[in-house]
Amino acid sequence: MSYSEKVLDHYHNPRNVGSFDNKNEDVGTGMVGAPACGDVMKLQIKVGKGGIIEDARFKTYGCGSAIASSSLVTEWIKGRTLDEALQIKNSEIAEELALPPVKIHCSVLAEDAIKAAIADYKAKRDKAQDGENDTAEAPVCLPEKTTV
Amino acid sequence: MKLPIYLDYAATTPIDPRVVEKMIPYLTEKFGNPASRSHAYGWEAEEAVDEARRQVANLLGCDPREIIWTSGATEANNLAIKGAARFYQSKGKHLVTVRTEHKATLDTMRELERQGFEVTYLDVDEEGIVDSRVFLDALREDTILVSMMYVNNEIGVIQDIPVFGEICKERGIVFHVDAAQAVGKLPIDLTRLNVDLMSLSAHKIYGPKGIGALFVRRKPRVRIEAQIHGGGHERGMRSGTLPTHQIVGMGEAYRIAGLEMESEVPRLAMLRNRLLNGLRGIEEVYVNGSLERRVCNNLNMSFNFIEGESLIMALKDIAVSSGSACTSASLEPSYVLRALGRDDELAHSSIRFSVGRFTTEEEIDYAIDLVKKSVNRLRELSPLWEMYCDHVDLKQMQWVAH
Repeated sequence: MSYSEKVLDHYHNPRNVGSFDNKNEDVGTGMVGAPACGDVMKLQIKVGKGGIIEDARFKTYGCGSAIASSSLVTEWIKGRTLDEALQIKNSEIAEELALPPVKIHCSVLAEDAIKAAIADYKAKRDKAQDGENDTAEAPVCLPEKTTV
Repeated sequence: MKLPIYLDYAATTPIDPRVVEKMIPYLTEKFGNPASRSHAYGWEAEEAVDEARRQVANLLGCDPREIIWTSGATEANNLAIKGAARFYQSKGKHLVTVRTEHKATLDTMRELERQGFEVTYLDVDEEGIVDSRVFLDALREDTILVSMMYVNNEIGVIQDIPVFGEICKERGIVFHVDAAQAVGKLPIDLTRLNVDLMSLSAHKIYGPKGIGALFVRRKPRVRIEAQIHGGGHERGMRSGTLPTHQIVGMGEAYRIAGLEMESEVPRLAMLRNRLLNGLRGIEEVYVNGSLERRVCNNLNMSFNFIEGESLIMALKDIAVSSGSACTSASLEPSYVLRALGRDDELAHSSIRFSVGRFTTEEEIDYAIDLVKKSVNRLRELSPLWEMYCDHVDLKQMQWVAH
C-alpha cells in the first residue's frame, strides 16, 4: 500500500502526541474504536474561556492512516470553538490526507473522536454547573470506563 | 548493507547465482522442446529435464518417475487434491485438511465442497500443532484423502507427518503433503515416509518462480485424475510444454540444497535464534506457534498494543510480512493466528520474519535495533499501551466495534 506524502508526514512526525489529566475540568476525552477492529483513538481537548479549544492531544493504536487522521485533527481543532470543531467532517480529513477508500474508516473514527471528546467535556461541565441536573448528553462511542 | 533488508524468505527467495548460471543456456542456445523426439535440440532438452528430475528425486529419496512438473506448489496442490478426490470418489466423498493450511489447499477444498465433497477442517492446538487424537477422530469409513502441510507458511510449525502418514496407510487413505516450506530445511526421505502425494516448489529454495512439482507415489501406486489436458505430457497427469530452463533451475536448486542443507540449517537456526533473543526482551511480545517444533528459518511474533500495519510501515527498512503475503492486502487478521486462539489484537500485530541463505548477522542486528525502536515509538503513540501501563484491564473495557 502506498501512502500519501501527508499521511507519511503525520505518521513520522505526529503532532500533539500525549495525554492531559482527565481529572481536570477543562479537559474532555474521547476514546473511539476497538482493539479487535485494529483501531483505537484517544483524543483529548483542553477548553478555555469562551468555549475555545486551546490545546489537544492524541494517542492512536492503528494503521498509519489512523495515526495521521488523529494527528491532523488535533491541529485542526486547536483555536476553534466547540461548535466549530463539531463541524469537521470525515470527508475533509480524508480529502486532506488523500486516503484511499479502504482507509476512509480512519477519517470517520477521527470525526467520532472529536465528537466524543466534546461530549465528554460538555457532560463534565454540565455536571459541575448543576450536580442535580442530569441532562448531559451521553458520550458517543466512549468506553464505559474512562481511564485517564 | 543493502536496504531494505530482506527477511521474507518464506514468501520467496532470490535465485542462487549458481542456479541462474545453469538456467541461461536453456533460454538461448539449448532452447529445444523436450518433447521433440526427432532432433538433437529436443534430445538435449529432454536430457536436461531428466537430469533435473533425478536431482529433485535425489533430495527426497524417491524415483525420478514419481516427479510430475507443475507450475508451482499451488498447481501441485490443486492437482493432488482435485486429482485424487475425483479419482477415488467412488470409494467415498470425505476429505480431511487443517484450518491453518495455505489458501491453495483451503480454496481447492472449498471448490470440492461445491462439487459435493464433504471436508473436515481439523483444529490445531494453541501451538499450531494437529493432535493425533483430533486427527483420528476426524477419519471416517468414507474418508478418501487427507491433505496437510509439512511446515506452516506463516508460523513455521512442523506437523507430525510420519505419524499421520502411518495412520493413513493403515486405513488406505491417500495422504497428500504440501512440502513447499519444508524442502531444504527438513530432511525428507520418501522411502520411509508414508506420503502418497507431495507438493514441491522451486522458488522457496533459491530456484525460479513458476516451477514446482508433484510427487506421485508409484509403489503402491496412487492414481490422480489430470486437471490439464492436451498432449499427455508427464505421463498424462499434466499436459503442457515443459519449461526446460525453469526445470533445470529447480533441479540445480534442489541439488545445492542437498549438498548444503547440513551446514545451512544450523546457520539459519543461529540467525533466527539471534533475532528471537534480541526481540524477546521487549515487554509484551509473544511468539506465535511452537518454538520447539518449528522450521529453522521462521520467527512469527506479535507485539501487543501495536497495530500490525503501522508496525510494518515503521519497519520499512526491513522486508517482512504481516501474516501471509496472500492475505496481508486485506484488513482481516491472520486466520492462522486465529486458529491458534490468539486474540484479534495479537493477531493484528503479528510479524513474520524469515531468514535465508543470504542473511547476515549484521542484518539481524540491524533488524533487532529497528524493531525495538519502532515498537517503543509506536507504543508511545498507543492508548492501549498507556492503559496497560496504568494497569487497566483492557479485556474489561466496553469497546464500541465499528
